[in-house]
Amino acid sequence: MSLLQVNLPGLHLKNPIMPASGCFGFGREYSQFYDLSKLGAVIMKVATGSERFGNPTPRVAETASGMLNAIGLQNPGVEKIIENEVTFLSQYDTSIIANVAGSTIEEYEYVARTFNNTKAVHALELNISCPNVKEGGIQFGTDPKMAAKVTEIVKKASNLPVYVKLSPNVTDIVAMAKAVESAGADGLSMINTLTGMQINLASKRPIIANKTGGLSGAAIKPIAIRMIYEVKQHVHIPIIGMGGISSAEDVLEFLLAGASAVAVGTANFSNPLICSDIIDELPTTLERYGFDAVEDAIGKAVMNE
Amino acid sequence: MISKQRMKIVSTNQIAKDTIEMVLKNSYISENAIPGQFIHILVEGHTLRRPISIADVDKDNETVTILFKKLGSGTEKLSESKAGDFLNVLGPSGNGFETSTEGLHTVLLIGGGIGVPPMYYLGKSLAKQNIHVISVLGFQSKDHVFYEEKFQQFSKTYVVTNDGSYGDKGFVTSVIPNVGEFDRYYSCGPLPMLKAITNELSEKEGFISLEERMGCGVGACFACVVPTNTEKGYKKICSDGPVFAAREVIL
Repeated sequence: MSLLQVNLPGLHLKNPIMPASGCFGFGREYSQFYDLSKLGAVIMKVATGSERFGNPTPRVAETASGMLNAIGLQNPGVEKIIENEVTFLSQYDTSIIANVAGSTIEEYEYVARTFNNTKAVHALELNISCPNVKEGGIQFGTDPKMAAKVTEIVKKASNLPVYVKLSPNVTDIVAMAKAVESAGADGLSMINTLTGMQINLASKRPIIANKTGGLSGAAIKPIAIRMIYEVKQHVHIPIIGMGGISSAEDVLEFLLAGASAVAVGTANFSNPLICSDIIDELPTTLERYGFDAVEDAIGKAVMNE
Repeated sequence: MISKQRMKIVSTNQIAKDTIEMVLKNSYISENAIPGQFIHILVEGHTLRRPISIADVDKDNETVTILFKKLGSGTEKLSESKAGDFLNVLGPSGNGFETSTEGLHTVLLIGGGIGVPPMYYLGKSLAKQNIHVISVLGFQSKDHVFYEEKFQQFSKTYVVTNDGSYGDKGFVTSVIPNVGEFDRYYSCGPLPMLKAITNELSEKEGFISLEERMGCGVGACFACVVPTNTEKGYKKICSDGPVFAAREVIL
């Protein structure tokens, strides 16, 4: 078995690196920088039941060691994504994960079911944690009962493994994780962005038109690590970790905290080749810290307690 | 095609208030850049790159000139770079200006403030193709004026300042009725200026360059969209633009 290989429900990954949803579109733009077959998987930009135009601009603002965004789930709708984008991505030798969102439970169910006949999609990432839309998203992500309900319904509707993407905007992340695990989630994906705001001193108004946005980038990495570390001690399903990863060392830290694979988000913006670079550097980094394989590092920090 | 490149700073000069001119050397970008495109510059200590439009290209010397205004911590930091330093750049990015010249006799360039730079390389290129060029450049005040003589080398140039401290007093729109006939206009500048121009010149063929806070700068993150009249309903400024036909976008 290869040094970097990881097996997760529905996903036989040649390496644990994948671009995070919303930070990589549907891969087309980044395919001009490197061969996407190099990636362990690609988590696609969100799919909703019908087309969405998203929020007014400005939609992004830079912060200390990170950025805020409030795109608002802009996407062409699940049918067009399957027709145009999955078809494009399936030319590459990589796993495809579809990110699923909705304003209502029915919409989640519809999107999930629509992916059932798409052989090229290997798993769903259930987006119950988008902080930037008025309805749906975050409501499902902050109440354990609602999170469990949407997970259960999507699990019934789908024939694919379901990874539930958790929001860090909660008091008790372990309660959220346990709730979706009991509801049948095959895995977790964590963390989504933290709600934040930045005010322009000259205009005396929030920079982002939506006022609030999701904070991502290096600034949130310690929060992601802490949450994964806590959750790992209480659930048995695998975790895809994310939040401020920009180097192979960061990846190892997430693995030690309990992630089985990782997604790289904001770092794609400063370096479009970041996923490819990390995949190249990971073997040396693992070796430097005494690991023969990725799988040996998973949850090591938790076990050391 | 857009590529990740290292560009060596050949020179850097402050040419007007808060306005820096940098000449950067790189054969790939100088060979491939067309008027209206931008480069996306990584600034040390910053998460997001800064999109800066290309003001001039010298293919023989393999250089690209950029002009930017110190408007925040990113451009402030960038202005501290010195000749000999290298910049980490993506480019050439975006779609540039329509430069097919069939049936074209006279064009009007309208630049406002830091929207003036992309007009320079465009005007120079069009003038080389024997197109008659008229330029209207608007600035806040005398201290902000730059490149007037450079535009005069290929065009009849009108300068306006908001406070009247140099050239005519007012906005670029107050000068446009006096410039004479033209077949097409090109413009880049602040949004209120572009709104006024596209309204006033709605009967003319026009191309405008838009700016917006960008995320990825390659078309993946949907941060910099603009509503359009097309069936799709939107376009991405970083990859479909920054240049658009004036009639297709809703400002």
